[in-house]
Amino acid sequence: MASRTLYSQRDPALKKRDDFEDILEERRNSSDLKYALKCYMPVLYKGVTPCKPSMIKTMVLQSEQLRYVVTELSKETGEATEVIQGEALAILEEMAHKLHLGTVRFFAYMLNKAFKVLYQRIRVNEDGIQRLQQAIQEHPLVLLPSHRSYMDFLIVSYLLYTNDLALPVIAAGMDFLGMKFVGEMLRMSGAFFIRRSFGGDRLYWAVFSEYVKTILRNGYAPIEFFLEGTRSRTCKSLTPKVGLLSIAMEPFFKGEVFDVSMVPISISYERVLEEALYARELLGVPKPKESTSGLLKARRILSEDYGNIHVYFGQPVSLRSLAQGRINRSQYNLMPRHISRRPGEDVQVFVNDVAYKMVRLQEESMVLRPWVLVATILLQNPHGVEAVWLAEQTAWLRGLAQAFGAFLDWPDHISASRAVASGLALHPNLVCTERGRVRLATEPKGPGARAPEEDLFNHAVTVLSCASYRNQVLHVFLRPALLAMAMDVAPTSRKDDVYSCFGYLRDVFSNEFILCPGAEVQDFDEACFLLTKCSAIQILKQDIVATERGRPTLSFLSAMFQPFLLGYQVVCRYLCEEVAESLPEKSYVAGVRSYAVKRILSGELACLEVLSSDLQKNVLAALLRMGALRKSKAGELVTLRVNKSAINTIENTLGGRVSTQKPVLARL
Amino acid sequence: MASSGHGSGRQEAADRRLRLIAGHLHPRIAASECKAEAAESDPVRAKTVPKRRQEVMKWNGWGYSDSRFLFNKKGQAEFTGRRYRLGGLIFPSLKDWFESTFGANLQHKSPPTAALNSSAITPPNLNEPFLQDLKSMGIPHSLEAEDRVFRAHGHCLHEIFALREGRFGRLPDMVVWPNCHDDVVKIVELACQHNACLIPYGGGTSVSSALECPPDEMRSIVSLDTSQMNHILWIDEKNLTAHVEAGIVGQELERLLNESGFCTGHEPDSMEFSTLGGWVATRASGMKKNIYGNIEDLVVHIKMVTPRGVVEKSCQVPRMSTGPDIHHFIMGSEGTLGVVTEVTLKIRPLPEYQKYGSVVFPNFEQGVACLREVAKQRCAPASIRLMDNAQFQFGHALKPQVSSIFTSFLDGLKKFYITKFKGFDTHRLCVATLLFEGDREKVLQHEKQVYDIAAKFGGLAAGEDNGQRGYMLTFVIAYLRDLGMDYYVIGESFETSVPWDRVLDLCRNVKERITRECKERGVQFPPMSTCRVTQTYDAGACVYFYFAFNYRGLADPVHVYEQVEHAAREEILANGGSLSHHHGGMALHDEGSRWGTSAGIWAGARIRF
Repeated sequence: MASRTLYSQRDPALKKRDDFEDILEERRNSSDLKYALKCYMPVLYKGVTPCKPSMIKTMVLQSEQLRYVVTELSKETGEATEVIQGEALAILEEMAHKLHLGTVRFFAYMLNKAFKVLYQRIRVNEDGIQRLQQAIQEHPLVLLPSHRSYMDFLIVSYLLYTNDLALPVIAAGMDFLGMKFVGEMLRMSGAFFIRRSFGGDRLYWAVFSEYVKTILRNGYAPIEFFLEGTRSRTCKSLTPKVGLLSIAMEPFFKGEVFDVSMVPISISYERVLEEALYARELLGVPKPKESTSGLLKARRILSEDYGNIHVYFGQPVSLRSLAQGRINRSQYNLMPRHISRRPGEDVQVFVNDVAYKMVRLQEESMVLRPWVLVATILLQNPHGVEAVWLAEQTAWLRGLAQAFGAFLDWPDHISASRAVASGLALHPNLVCTERGRVRLATEPKGPGARAPEEDLFNHAVTVLSCASYRNQVLHVFLRPALLAMAMDVAPTSRKDDVYSCFGYLRDVFSNEFILCPGAEVQDFDEACFLLTKCSAIQILKQDIVATERGRPTLSFLSAMFQPFLLGYQVVCRYLCEEVAESLPEKSYVAGVRSYAVKRILSGELACLEVLSSDLQKNVLAALLRMGALRKSKAGELVTLRVNKSAINTIENTLGGRVSTQKPVLARL
Repeated sequence: MASSGHGSGRQEAADRRLRLIAGHLHPRIAASECKAEAAESDPVRAKTVPKRRQEVMKWNGWGYSDSRFLFNKKGQAEFTGRRYRLGGLIFPSLKDWFESTFGANLQHKSPPTAALNSSAITPPNLNEPFLQDLKSMGIPHSLEAEDRVFRAHGHCLHEIFALREGRFGRLPDMVVWPNCHDDVVKIVELACQHNACLIPYGGGTSVSSALECPPDEMRSIVSLDTSQMNHILWIDEKNLTAHVEAGIVGQELERLLNESGFCTGHEPDSMEFSTLGGWVATRASGMKKNIYGNIEDLVVHIKMVTPRGVVEKSCQVPRMSTGPDIHHFIMGSEGTLGVVTEVTLKIRPLPEYQKYGSVVFPNFEQGVACLREVAKQRCAPASIRLMDNAQFQFGHALKPQVSSIFTSFLDGLKKFYITKFKGFDTHRLCVATLLFEGDREKVLQHEKQVYDIAAKFGGLAAGEDNGQRGYMLTFVIAYLRDLGMDYYVIGESFETSVPWDRVLDLCRNVKERITRECKERGVQFPPMSTCRVTQTYDAGACVYFYFAFNYRGLADPVHVYEQVEHAAREEILANGGSLSHHHGGMALHDEGSRWGTSAGIWAGARIRF
C-alpha cells in the first residue's frame, strides 16, 4: 500500500522519462539481515561459461596476447620469460578482483544501515533496471556511471544486488589499496585495481587490457568504470578518459563478441557527502590520503541528512550500431588479433566521440533538485536576496530549465517557496536566512582577529560548495549561454560573427565543459533553437538579435557563466603581467592563486571561483591546447613557456574588447 | 581480330600471305572433325544432356522433374522419383521440424505458377546476319521460348523466385549448341563479326547471378550451351591425365572414368548437373579436395576461346615458372574472358576402399578445435565436415522412416547413451561427418588416427550411417528449398573462407547478424541461420551458411532476403572472411566486370540451396 502513496506523489516532469521507485522504502520495513541473506540468483549473459575469478586469472596468464608481449619483452631485455611471466602474475595478483558473495552480503547489510540513516530516499528508475536485466542476457555489458562521490563505487553494486542482477567488476584506482581492510573488502565485492599511470609499462598494459577483455569476451560479469577517470570535485562532468573505453571496445572491433552494450548511469546526489572536502581540496588543501581511520572519522557525517539520491540507468547503447558505417572492422584482418597495435585514426576519433556521447547521456539524465536552481541564483547575488524574490526567481528559472529540457525533480504540487525552503533546510552550512533575506553563509567572526586571507578562504569554501550545486545544472544552459555570451562579445550581430564567436568560446571552454569535438554546428543550432523557443532571440536573415523580452534571460545566462569567463581572463592576465617568459609547471597553480588572492583582497576582483584549482587546471589545458602555452621538459622539471601575444588576444577576445556597438532591435 | 592500329597493316598483309601459303602446303584438315559426329562408334560417349532440358528437368526449380519433396495427404514429407536412394521414402519428423523451425504451416501454401506461358515471353531480338551465317555452318540452334527461358537464369533465390511467380526478365534471344571446340571458335568469330553477345551456359547451376542477361543489353544475346561437348577425348594412363570437353557434366565424367578404372575425385555438391567448364570458370572446390585437390590443383591444361583467338599452353606439364600462370586468369573469370572448351585433368586410379564415419562433439567449439588439430596434423580424411547444432537437428529431421522396431530401439539407445550417459546437451552438440578413401588397410589406420584426435576433444564415434546420410543430404538439399518455397519459406546458402583463429567468432557473429537483421526488417518468425565447416586447410577453413526464413507478411521477401544476405556478407568481411570460397561471384559483387564485346558469363559452376 505504501507504494500506492508513492505513486500519487510521482512527478509528471519525471514521467516523460521513467518512473522512479524508492528502494529504501522497502528496506525500512523489513529485516536488513534477511535482505543480506536473500537468495541471490542473477540472470547471466547467455553466452557465459560460468567460472571463478581465479579462472579468469589463469585465462589471462595463458592468453596469446600476454604470452606474445612476454616473449617480446624477454627478447628485448634478455630476461628469462619465466621471470617476466612472474612479474605478470604479480601485477595480476595486485589487480584482480576476488568477488565473494559473503562480502557482498556483508556490504549490503552495512550499506543498508548507513543508507537508511544518511538518505531520505534512494530512487531508481524501474524501467532502467528492467532494460538492464534484458541487456545483461543479450551482450557483454559495460556500465558507465557518473562519478561524483565515493558512494558511486558502492551504490551501483548495491542496487544490482538488490534487484538480483549480475554484480559488476569495477575498475578502481590503486590508492584504495592503501586503506587497510577496506581495499581488500572492495576487492572481494568486485573491485579490481589499476595504477593511476602506467604509460610506458608494456607488461602492465598487456596484463590490464587482457584482464578487462577476458572478462568482457566471456561475458563473465558486467564491467563498470568511470569514464571521467576520477571523482568530479566540482559536480561538473569531467572530460572523459578514453583508455579503458577503447580497451572495452576492442573485442567488438576484432569480432570476438557480437556487440557490447554500454549503459550510462547518472547518479545524482541532493547533497554530496564530500561537499566541504571537495571545496577545501579545490582551494589547495590536498586530498587526505585514503585511510581506514579517515573513513572511521568520517562517521560524523552519519549524523547529517543528505537528502535523496537519484540513480538513472540509461538506455543501453549498442556499440555495434554506433560503429555502423564509421569503423571498417576489416582493418583488423591483416594481423593476428593477439598482437595489439595502435588503433587507427578513425578508431581513435570514434572512441573519443563515443566517450563524449556517453558522458552527455549521463549529464542529460542527472536528476536536478530545486536547490540547484536556488544555488544558481544565490551565486549571482552574493550579498543576499529577499526570500520572496528568491522564490519568484527560482520559479522563473524552473520554467526556463524545463524549456531547455532539464530533468528536474520538482513535483507540480510543490510551490516555489516550499521547494526553496526545503533546499535551504538541507544546506544550513551554505546558506543562512536573516530577516527575510537569504544569503550565502559566512562563518561567524570568532574571537580574535583573523588574517583577511583566512576569512577569504572560509568564504571561498562556501562559494565553491555552492558552485558545485550550480554546476550540476550548467549542462542544461551551456549551449544557449555560450550563444548569449557570443552575442555579447561579437563585434556585430551578423550571424557569421556570432557563430565565429560562439565557436571560439566553445573552443576555449572545451576543457571546462562537455562539448563534443567537431559538433560546433549542432551545438550552435541547438542553442539557437532553444533561445528562439523561449523567444529570447530572433533569427533574422542576416542577424541574430536579442528581443526586448529576452534580455533578462540572456543576461542571466551570461551571468551564470561569468565566473568562468572571468576566471580565464584572470589567469591570462596573470600570465601576461606576472610571468616573464616561462614558469615551472609546479608553481603555476600557486602563482595563479596568490595573484588572484591579491586582486580579490584589493577589491579589484569579486569572483572567488577563480581560486578553484580545477578551473585553473582547465585553463592551463586550454591554453596548452590552443598553443598559447608550450610545455618544455628539462629532466624532471617541466616549464611552461608563455606566448604573450597569443594570451593577450585570448584575454581580449574573452573580454569582448574588440567589439563594436551592437544594434538593438526594437520589439516588432 | 581487331586491327591493332597504325603500322600494323603491313604486318597483317604479311600474315595473310603466310596463311595462304601454309594453306597450299598442307591439305586443309577438316575443321569439323568433331568427336560428336562420329558419336555412334565412340566408346567413351557420355549420356548427353538433352538439348531440350526442360523435358527431364524443372524449368522453375532444382533438378529432375520427377524428383521432389512434398507433403503427402497424411501431412508426411515424402521424396518422389526413383533416381535417388531417398526416392519414395517417408520422412516422419520433417513436418514438425519444418513447422517449428520456421513457424510455417501446411495450410499456408505458396505454389508456383503451373506452366510456362510462352505467350508472355517477348519475341527474340534476332541478329539476322549472325543467324544466317550460323545456319549456313549447320550449328544447331533454337529460338523457342522454353529453351530461352531455361537458359536465362542460374539458381539464385531471386531468379527461382521470379520464375515461380511467372516473371521473366531479359532472356537470351537464341540458344546455340556447338558440338566441339571448332564450333565454338566459329560461333565466337561470328559473334565478333556481327556484334552479338554470347553467354556461355554449362550446367546452369550458377549461384552468382552470372547467367542473368543484362536488362539493358541492346545486342542480340546468344546463349552458348556446351552440353553437346561432353566427350572424354583421350585418357593418358602413363601421365594419369584425361583430356575432356568442357561441357561434360560431373556425374557423367566420373561414371565414364570409373568404367576405365579411374576417377578425378572432384565432387562438388552440384556435380549431378554442373559441368567441367563451369568448374574451371568459377574455381570450383570438391568435397574430397583433401585427397584430390581443388580444381586449380587438378587442371593441367585449358583451352579457351576468346574474341582474340584461342588461349592455351603449349605443353601439358605439372608446373611452369615462366611468368604468371595463365590458368589463374582463366579460373574464376566466370566466363567473362572466353569460353572454356577443353580441359586436361589429372586422374587417379579408383580407390580400393571407401568408408563413411561420424563423430559427435559436445559443442561446436570442441568440434572446430578438433578439425583444427586434424588440419594441423595434416591427416584430414577425403572429407571432413562439421555441422552446428541447428544443422544437426535439421539432419535429424531428415531421417527416413525406420523399417524395424529394432532399428528404432537402437536409435533410442544411442541417444540415451550420448545424452544421459555422456552428458551431451542435445541443444549444443554437433556432428562431424567423415569420408575415408584409399587402401583398405591405410583407411582403417587413418580412421583410427582421426578418431583418436576426436576423442581428445570429447568426440564420440557415431557410426557410418550418420556419416553417409550427411553426405547424401547435400545432394537433396536443393530440392528442399523448392519444398520450402511451396510454403512461404525462402532461403539460400553462402560460404566463405576464413583463418582458423576466426572461425568460431565469424560463425557466431554472422548467425547472430542474420537473426538480428531479419528482426529489424520485419521478418515475423525467427530465421534459420546455421553453418557448417566444410573444408579444412593448413591456414583456415571453409564455412558454409544456410539461411532461410518464413516470409509470410512481407511485401517484398526477395528484397528483404537480399538485404539480409548483404548484411551477412558484410559481417563476414568484417570478421576476416572472404566473399567466397567456391561459389564465385564476380558478377554479384562487381557489376562492372562484364566482358566487353562478345562476352558472356560462364554458366557452369555450382549451386546449393
